[in-house]
Parts: sequence; structure tokens; C-alpha cells
Amino acid sequence: MKSLRRFFTRLVSLATRRTQPERLREEIEEHIALQTAENLRAGLSPVEARRQAMMKFGGVEAMKQDYRAERGLPLVEDLLHDLRFATRVLRKSPGFTAVAVVTLAVAIGANAVVFSIMNALILNPLHVPHAESLYAIQHGNDASLNQSYPDYLDLRDRNRTLEGLAANNGAQVGIDTGENPSRAWINEVSGNYFDVMGVQPYLGRLIHESDEHGPNSAPYIVLSHAYWRNHFAGDRSAVGRVVQVNKHPFTIVGVAPPDFHGTLVFFNPDFYLPIVNAEQAEPQKRLNDRGRRWVFMTLGHLKPGVTIAQAVADLNSIGAYLEKTYPKDDDKRTFTLARPSLYGDYLGKPMRAFMTALMLLAGLILVAACANLGSLFAARAADRSREVALRLALGARRSRVLRQLFTEALLLSVTGGVVGIWASVFVLRGLSAWQPFARWPVYLTVIPDANVYGMAVLLTLASGFLFGAVPVRQVLHTDPYEIVKSGTLRNAGRRMSVRELALVVEIAICAVLVTSSFVAVRGLVRSLHGSFGFEPQYAMVADTDLSMAGYSGESVIAMQKHMIDALQKIPGVKSVGLIDAAPLASGGFTGGLAFTDETNDLRPGNAAADAYQFSISPEYFEAAGTTLGSGRAFSWHDDKNAPAVAVINQELARKVFGSGGKALGKYFKKRDGTRVQVIGIVGDGKYQSVTEAPEPAMFLPILQSPSSQAYFVVRSTRDDAQVMPAIRNAVHGLDASLPLYIERWSKAMDAPLFGPRMATLSLGVLGAMAALLSITGIFGMAAYAVSKRLRELGIRMALGAQRKEVLATALGRALKLLAAGSVAGLLLGILASRVLAAIVYQATPRDPVVLAGVVLAMSLLGLVATWIPAQRALALDPATLLREE
Amino acid sequence: MVLKTLDVLGPLHGYGIARRIEQISGDLLAVNQGTLYPVLLKLEQEGAITSDWGASENNRRARFYRLTREGRKQLQVETQDWEQTAAIIGRFFEVKAEDLS
Repeated sequence: MKSLRRFFTRLVSLATRRTQPERLREEIEEHIALQTAENLRAGLSPVEARRQAMMKFGGVEAMKQDYRAERGLPLVEDLLHDLRFATRVLRKSPGFTAVAVVTLAVAIGANAVVFSIMNALILNPLHVPHAESLYAIQHGNDASLNQSYPDYLDLRDRNRTLEGLAANNGAQVGIDTGENPSRAWINEVSGNYFDVMGVQPYLGRLIHESDEHGPNSAPYIVLSHAYWRNHFAGDRSAVGRVVQVNKHPFTIVGVAPPDFHGTLVFFNPDFYLPIVNAEQAEPQKRLNDRGRRWVFMTLGHLKPGVTIAQAVADLNSIGAYLEKTYPKDDDKRTFTLARPSLYGDYLGKPMRAFMTALMLLAGLILVAACANLGSLFAARAADRSREVALRLALGARRSRVLRQLFTEALLLSVTGGVVGIWASVFVLRGLSAWQPFARWPVYLTVIPDANVYGMAVLLTLASGFLFGAVPVRQVLHTDPYEIVKSGTLRNAGRRMSVRELALVVEIAICAVLVTSSFVAVRGLVRSLHGSFGFEPQYAMVADTDLSMAGYSGESVIAMQKHMIDALQKIPGVKSVGLIDAAPLASGGFTGGLAFTDETNDLRPGNAAADAYQFSISPEYFEAAGTTLGSGRAFSWHDDKNAPAVAVINQELARKVFGSGGKALGKYFKKRDGTRVQVIGIVGDGKYQSVTEAPEPAMFLPILQSPSSQAYFVVRSTRDDAQVMPAIRNAVHGLDASLPLYIERWSKAMDAPLFGPRMATLSLGVLGAMAALLSITGIFGMAAYAVSKRLRELGIRMALGAQRKEVLATALGRALKLLAAGSVAGLLLGILASRVLAAIVYQATPRDPVVLAGVVLAMSLLGLVATWIPAQRALALDPATLLREE
Repeated sequence: MVLKTLDVLGPLHGYGIARRIEQISGDLLAVNQGTLYPVLLKLEQEGAITSDWGASENNRRARFYRLTREGRKQLQVETQDWEQTAAIIGRFFEVKAEDLS
């Protein structure tokens, strides 16, 4: 109570500080006058009386300081004082201040951006209650999460460790709201999905377990908030309306809350549809086929008190039961639990590794920036040694001098931090608004939250202390007497100073970053020029799903033939082919198990390969630019009545037959027991991602393996702007209600290239930042070295030193440091690149181009950074210089 | 000491307090008189004393310190505390070996 009251009085006197010194001065005067009067009475002379009085009173200045300390809040007062002083000092050297603030802003901004993305992707991805206990069921042997619907039901009903198990699956459908039929992305959800997630409706109601009564029993959909706002103009009466989904009537029952985007961070569905109606959305699905694992993800909350190990054991016992009961469909079933937001470990693991690496690199940038500023700070401290010495000589405590230096460092770091955070908010706003692929509902909201700001502030303060701490030793060892006497610091010895060490560390870090960005860029370039197994140049892909327009059975294939014919008639079109899922341009690939001809027990575990399975029209290979290695392509005679045939790739031939050469004309078996003859062999290609290892693939004739989903590959000699509308007209001339999506094949490849591109881009940006930092670092060091030794250089020149020698003296040390740092960094970079190789395909640091590139880049940086100081050293006029000093 | 002095002698200015303390202590406590002022300020901020301008003996402007009610209370508490402490310490000095057996 008492101390609180005192605190407030002190606070008030801090604010109104001007009136008080007067009072103290008067009191002291009065005191001394009284004492003098008393001394006079005691018989002393006036002068002596006053002197005695003063002596009795003691040191006036020291007492004033104590008095001040008692009166206000000295800590705050000193801080304000230091701040004012620091501002003055920094304003006097605007160049240094600008460099420092920009460096810090860049470094802290980069960290804030990377951390926000990490926060949005990994740390805090789903906005559902109790997200920490939410897990997806993942297969133990491979990191996939797919289940068949019957298996899901068994897992849901038989487990005793989860609060409830929901299932969901993404798909694309045609939706007709009465005007302009369009495509939409949906999330097929189990009845309990919203209840398991704990999501409350924004409008109307959500889908519940009570809606499910067997296949196609729940014609209800729930709109996402964004879709409702964009396509129904936020109209509340939309709830209750009936819309056509793939020509089936569905009733809109509600709207999901705005912050709920499903349970995958990067997939934002337009609406939610009961999974029991999935066959209406995608006819090739079989709800009751235990062998078809099309359910994308199953997830639920752990019951309170249940550990992951207990849950896994529980699920595995169900797995064993499934394996025993359905040996034909379910091979070895083991399960693990993983985070649902990034599709378990499939994306989660590389994503986490990549983000951690990126965060680490961003951290390194900040450390490099601090080292940079630390060395600049130390140089300044050395220049200011006279000032420091003077202050020490006048009785300032060393702690007080240090506090002043730290205040300066913190003022810089806070300014830099504020600018950096401000800039990062802009970048993040842009990122959130950015939708990288026009046709996929992929975007990420990365608006910074409290976590991000907290982290940025922490980093700001930490970096301030870090680079502020560099000159501490220097100040602590300052001997005021020596410095005031001689004018300079004496310890310009051969030993490496803290400043130089900081610079070497910084250059090493920068070289690591430059190396990694080189490795990444080189890897990307290579994977882009590698073989895809097809030629995306000059080819358009037009995709449509006939089931969306109500076609089924025989009418599908008839219509597809008509479409191929119509497309072929477009002037300038060389060839048209059809494939059910275009490599590197679509999702929704079908997997097909391939068994050797001798296998009779066709359980999944006995398969020789799990291959991509494509259904193609006879002209596909020609249109796609895939060259047939040996054998023949299909013809329209390879139909239902003809023997089953396939074209397979090298990898599948190797897996099933041992080698590509032996495969032609031989047979393999599919899961349903059909014997398929290999009639052709093509080279390996890329199917799902450019960074994948060679994967087995089989191509089947569309007549023997029909699909309503179709990508028409149109190869033409004319430019896109003319072909695109022609394709649209040709297709809509046959059926105007067909939803159609046309793009260049190379454009469609943006999606699979997105990951490597982003990785390369982010590494490139960090590398560029690092390069910039090392330039400013070396420049600072070199400029400082030249300015310190101007006089010495002048004398040398006057004595006839050659330009070369002058340069060697002036910049030799800086260049030596650069070389040492670069070599260390290069070695570290090569080590670090092993990590990169996991993300960027074909990224290998043992590449002469990369090594040469890094060496060249670092030398170039050195040249750029030392150019101005070198010019300054060479332009010296010894006569002027010696006269001045 | 400051509080007690003010309690006994009523309002006083800084010099007065310093002199009295010297006198009372029989010149045994001869610290720098200047150190008194920070103490006065602290007491004032705590609310134990207040101060006003007034005229000193030789008709100069001087600041007079006066004990407040709260100060008096504080004095009482501290007096008690001190007496208790002194009593305890005193007993230790008075104690003899045979008293404990």
C-alpha cells in the first residue's frame, strides 16, 4: 500500500519534473545559510564559516543524484535519457542507421512471414474445437489414409478409443442452380462429420447421422460460407432451395461457419454432401465395395485419457479382424495416427521438414544480420572509444555506458522490427489473397495472429541484445587513461577480433544460403528439362466429366467418340487423344494392381506392382507426344469383344516381367483375374509429380475400361487463343450443358510443379537476402578498414608503394575473411543440401556447376562489396592527406 | 529518528532536523547533513510527513516538515518494533550461564 502510493507519487513527479530541482536548491541554500550563521556565532570568519558549513553538508552533487533517484523513477528516467541520446547519435549517422534498419527489417520480416506460414500450416491449422486431440487414421505400411467405405464403417463401429470417427472425401461435381451450370469442389462427408468436428451451423442446419439411411438416401448439401456468399450473394433464402448436382436434386439445408474450411488446410470445398450419396457425385464409386479405397480420410478425436499407443493397438486389432474376415479385399491392415490437416504424413512430413528447414534458414538470416550489425556496432564502438573513455573518466559507471549502447541497439532493432512486421503483413495479405491454381480450390489464409506478433517482437528484442552485445567486451576493457592520452585503441593486433569473427560467421551463413539456393534452382531446372513421358508443348487439355451431364453406360463412350471426331475437325488440329486422368494435370488417378500370370491367389499382398492405371483412346499416345518403345498402340477394334490388352511402361515391365525387353506379348493379371496381354511398351513418365521416382503405369483401351471422366489432349499448330474457343464451340455444339475446362497442358502442370517452384522461390529469396547481407557486411568491414588506415596508406603511397600493394594492404584482410567464410559456408552448404535433396528433385550439391556458381557468386559479392572502399583507397592523394593529419 | 524528532519538537526545517539529531545523539552521529534530504523526500512520498514553505528564524524562506497522522502511526509501530527488538537483544546480553541450567 505504502510502496504503491510512493510509486504513484514518483510517477507523478516524473511527469512534472521541472518544478522540483528549484525546491531542492532552495533548501540546500537555506540549510547552508543556517549552518553558516551558526558557525559565525561560534566565532569563525565568514569565509571559513561557509566552508565548514559546506563540508558538513557533504557532496552536493552526489546528494542531488540520490535525491533525484529517490524522487522519480530512475530506471525510466535513464531510459528516456538514453533514448533521447541514442536518437541523436543515430540521426547523426543516417547511412549507418538506414543500413541497420533495412537489414533488420528484411531479416525480421522474412522470419515473420515464414513463421506465419508455418503457423497456418502446421502449428495452428484447423479452426475446430479441441484440434489437439484430432487424428486421422493412416495405414501403417505406406503413408496413405484411404479407406474403403465398408472398412470405414467397421473402424467407426468397432473402435473403443475414438470419440467418433468421421470420413470425408473430396470430389468435383457439376452444379446447376437454375442458371449457368458450373463445376464445384465438394467434400463428401459422413453423417457424423460435423458433429465429430464440433462445428455449429452459420445458417440452417448441418448434416447429421440421422440423415443417413443407406446409399443415396440423403439428398442434402451444406454450403461453405464463401460459396454461399459468392454464388448465392449471401442470400438467406438460399437455405431450403433445391439445386441439381450432376442432374440429381439436392436440397440446401444450411451454411457452414466462415472459419471452417473442411479438415485439410489447403483444400477449400464449395459445399458438403453426404458420403452416402457419393455414387451420385461420382458414379464409378461403389459405396459397398470393400476393395475400393476411395474414402480420402477418416478422422476423429481421441477419447480423453487415451494415449496414441492405446488407440493404435485398438485399431490394429480391428485391422487383424478385417484381414481375417475379408482376406480377398483386405491384406495386412495396420494403422497409425497422424495429423489430418496436411493429409497425415503424406504431405505433413515433407511439409514439416521443409517448413522447419525454411524457418531455420530464416533464423540464420537473422543471425547473419545480427552478426553484420554486431560488427558494424563494434566498429562504431571502436570509433567512439574516445567518447566512452571520456565518460568513464568523468565518473560514469561502466554499466551505465553499456546500458546506453544497448539502448541504441534496441532502438535500432525495434525500428527495424516495426518496419519488418509492417512489411510482412503486406506480404501475408498478398499471400492470403493469392490462389495459385485457377481450377483447384487451394489457398491458404495466413493473416498473422497473436503468435506471429509475439514471435516477431521476441526476435526483435533478442536480435537487439545479440548485436548490442558484440562491443560489450570492448567497453569493459576500455582504459580511459590510455585512450584519452593516445587517441586510439591500442589493440590493433594480429589476433582475430570479435568483429572479424562475427563477419566470418556471417559470410559462412550467407554462403550456406547461397549454396542451398543454387542447389535448389539447379535441381528445379533439371527436373523441368527432364523427360515427362509426354510433350506438354503445343498441347491443350480439355476436361469434362460426362456423368456431370447425366450420361451413363454406353452413351458415355458414344459421346466421347463424337467429341473426338468433332475436335479432330477443328482446323489446325493435328491429333486428339483421350485419357481418363491426364498426367501432371489432374488428380483422381486410378490405381491398378498387376499380378504375374502365374499368381492364382489374387490378394493385394501378392501383387507384383501397384501401378497407375490409365484408360486411353487409340490416338492418345500420338496426341500426347509419347513415343512407343516397342509394340503397337491400341485401335478402335480393341473393344469389349476383343482380348484384353495393355500398353505398359518400362517400370511396370521391370516389376512384373523382370525387364522391358521380355514383356512384349506376355500376359499379366489384374485384380479381378482378367489376363491382359502386353501389346506395347512406353518409356517411364511422370504422372503425379515431377519429383517422383519412376512409377509403374499401365494404359488400357478406353473401350475395355470405360471412364466418364475424360481429358481430351488436343495437339495443334495454331496458337491457343484460336484453338481454345474452337474446342469450346465443338464440345458445346454436341451438348451445351457439359461443364468444360480447357487449359494448356504446360499451364495445367503448375499444380504438380507448385511445390518445387515454391521451394526454389523461397530458397532463392533467402539466398538473395543472404547475398545482400554479405555485401553490406564486407562493405562495412572494408570501408572501415580503409578509413582507419588512411594515414598509413598515404605514407606508403608517398614512399612509392604500387597500387597493387596499397590494395593488398587495405583490403587484404577483408578478402581473407571473405575467403575463410565462403569456404566454411560452402562446406556447410553441401552438408545442408542433403536435406534439400529430399524436397527438390535432383538437387545434388556435388555438381560442378553448383560449386563453380557458388565460388563465382561469392567472389562477385566480394568484388562488389570492396569496390567502393578500393576506389577510395586508390584515389588517395598522399599530399593532402598528410597535410590534414 | 526523523519521525521522533518531528514528533517531539513539532514542525521543523531540514537544517533544524539535522541539528537536533546531532544534538540528541551527542554529536556521535555526524553524517553528512546532505544525506538527510533524500530520506525526507522518501518519507514525504510515503505520506509520513508533509512539508510547507514557511519563514525560518532569520526570516528566510524555508521548508518545514510536519508529522502526519499516518506518520504518527508509523512512528508508533516502529517504536514498538524497536523496543521489542531492543528488549530481545537486551535479554541476550543479560543472560548468564546459571539462568539457563
